[in-house]
Amino acid sequence: MFVLAPEHLPASPPAPHSREAAGGSSFSRSGKWGDRLFHGTALSFSTGILLLTGGIGASLWRNSSLSRHAFGWKFLVGRVWDPVAGQFGALPFLYGTILTSALALLIAVPLGVGAAIFLSELAPRRLSDIMSFLIELLAAVPSVIYGLLGIFVLVPLVRQFLEPVLGKTLGFLPLFSGPPYGVGFLSAGLILAVMIIPFIITVTREVMLSTPKLLREAAMALGATRWEVATTVVLPFARSGISGAIFLALARALGETMAVTMVIGNTPVVSASLFSPGYTMAAVLANEFTEATGDLYLNALIEIGLVLFGATLIVNALAQLLVWSVKNRGGRR
Amino acid sequence: MLTSIKKTLRVLLAAGIAAGSLGAAPLAAGDTVTLVGAGATFPYPIYSKWFDEFHKKNPDVEINYQSIGSGGGIRQVTAKTVDFGATDGPMTNDQLFAVDGKILHLPTVMGAVVVVYNLPNFDGKIQITGPVLADIFLGKIKSWDDSALAALNKGVSLPSAPIVVIHRSDGSGTSYCFTDYLSKVSDAWKSKVGKGTAVNWPAGLGGKGNEGVSGTVKQTAGGIGYVELIYAVQNKIPFMAVKNKAGRFVEASVGGVTAAAKNAEIPADFRVSITDAEGEDAYPISTFTWLLVYERTGGRKGQILHDFLLWMLDEGEKLAPPLGYAPLPDAVAAKVKEAAEKVR
Repeated sequence: MFVLAPEHLPASPPAPHSREAAGGSSFSRSGKWGDRLFHGTALSFSTGILLLTGGIGASLWRNSSLSRHAFGWKFLVGRVWDPVAGQFGALPFLYGTILTSALALLIAVPLGVGAAIFLSELAPRRLSDIMSFLIELLAAVPSVIYGLLGIFVLVPLVRQFLEPVLGKTLGFLPLFSGPPYGVGFLSAGLILAVMIIPFIITVTREVMLSTPKLLREAAMALGATRWEVATTVVLPFARSGISGAIFLALARALGETMAVTMVIGNTPVVSASLFSPGYTMAAVLANEFTEATGDLYLNALIEIGLVLFGATLIVNALAQLLVWSVKNRGGRR
Repeated sequence: MLTSIKKTLRVLLAAGIAAGSLGAAPLAAGDTVTLVGAGATFPYPIYSKWFDEFHKKNPDVEINYQSIGSGGGIRQVTAKTVDFGATDGPMTNDQLFAVDGKILHLPTVMGAVVVVYNLPNFDGKIQITGPVLADIFLGKIKSWDDSALAALNKGVSLPSAPIVVIHRSDGSGTSYCFTDYLSKVSDAWKSKVGKGTAVNWPAGLGGKGNEGVSGTVKQTAGGIGYVELIYAVQNKIPFMAVKNKAGRFVEASVGGVTAAAKNAEIPADFRVSITDAEGEDAYPISTFTWLLVYERTGGRKGQILHDFLLWMLDEGEKLAPPLGYAPLPDAVAAKVKEAAEKVR
């Protein structure tokens, strides 16, 4: 995952080690052949990734033909999921996926970026290293463990404390109305937030630490405080790296299956209330794929996979656009 | 170091093969044969026990079973990518027509689904009938002190707490059996919801797997759900007594499940539902689970299937009760044996 970060970095400030590499002459004997070989290998690897993505899309498209012909575009707005009657609509799943991912980002981004600023700018280096190591461990915990923690720890807490309190204070909003089941969008969003925070912190910290010392020292020489250095030098420098971290986190949240299905209540409804049980696309696939008997049923499930694939593409594209627009505005300023 | 390990392995392997071919004298016909099967998850523990025992008796035969779910089992048998399949819900006529060749449904063991609940500070026994159960899962009966429930449980006082329905969210044979039962006892359920491994649940929350349902029931005061009998027994979750067709309230047990199959009319192709069965002791939410076997496989594999099925019906059934599965009643086992004789 760290490979992504440098790619998002602005190219202008040259990294210190690139200068050393340029001075090396050990490749000169192999001449152009070495370069061509390298070019060819790298090209084939990167086209391989394109082919893989295209292949996934194509096979999802091909295997969902029955359901695509039966429901057409209405599949996307249908609210009924009835395997017995052969009625399938994806809206509740689409809604659940987007709502829980958005909720998770809303919680995880400020927390993650804040923690990364502390680790890279304020904490002593040794403490920062130890804490990042622990945070990276969090990223390696299997999602089923998060799910079990969700069922046995998070859900009871949400039902007994969080939801009653939110209901009493903010219950006039449709967002916080309804009976406190514990399981539902809110718990799913919370568990997703916990799962994606490590990604955001680790990548963001790494990007911030790569801010050239020269820039920091220049800002400090001008009399900037630590806060000012962080907000005026480091954050703008790391902006595209941070957005890379957020995409990565978002992709994980959109596709997360096991932990979500264990705490979301698995009920295909579209409800404005965060307390309501819901469903996500990844969760319904995990739940129903193995026992899906009819051809149309199976096709409808594969089409859900196709919609998830498409939604991930669109959300990532939108996020990329957002970053470009922010970058351009920053350039003009 | 590495080579010495390899050498030891090779010697051990050779010894194993030698011992194997000696032990397999009655079946001895050369190399080890591996049969591959796939399907239902519910009978997986007993199937793996059977295949293991059968392998011990016939060391040159290995049966590899993957519990990928009934739907997957049916698909793989249809595509002929496995030697046999297994399912908790019988194949439909359309599905059978799609198969090239004849597939037999052979019942192996039986299981039951029980209704579990969570009422804090309540330690009485709850009795329930099929129609009332259907109304609860339809969302019509919303409170534990509803008059329909009170009428069935005269001696005890049920709290006036809301009922929270919890069902399986994953497709499963357990859901198939449960919804099959509700469809038989309630016309409203049959027309509105129907039966299937996954249905459009009109009320409640979904939990993943037996553990998801029982976990949510345990945590939710006023919760009601359904799980496999074995699971409820092993985890000591209280469950309700259900009124059977003969009018008696029966608590699920291995014996009650076998009783449900005793009086059932068994058709020649064994595709029969034994929910809501006749009989004084019959527990009404019971089901067969089936192996899906090609009538003609041919060659050595066909012979092995034949031998395995006969062994299973004779020796295998005795291994079922300790694992929580109900063995087939003798009359049914005899019928299955007749069919299994024809497998080649």
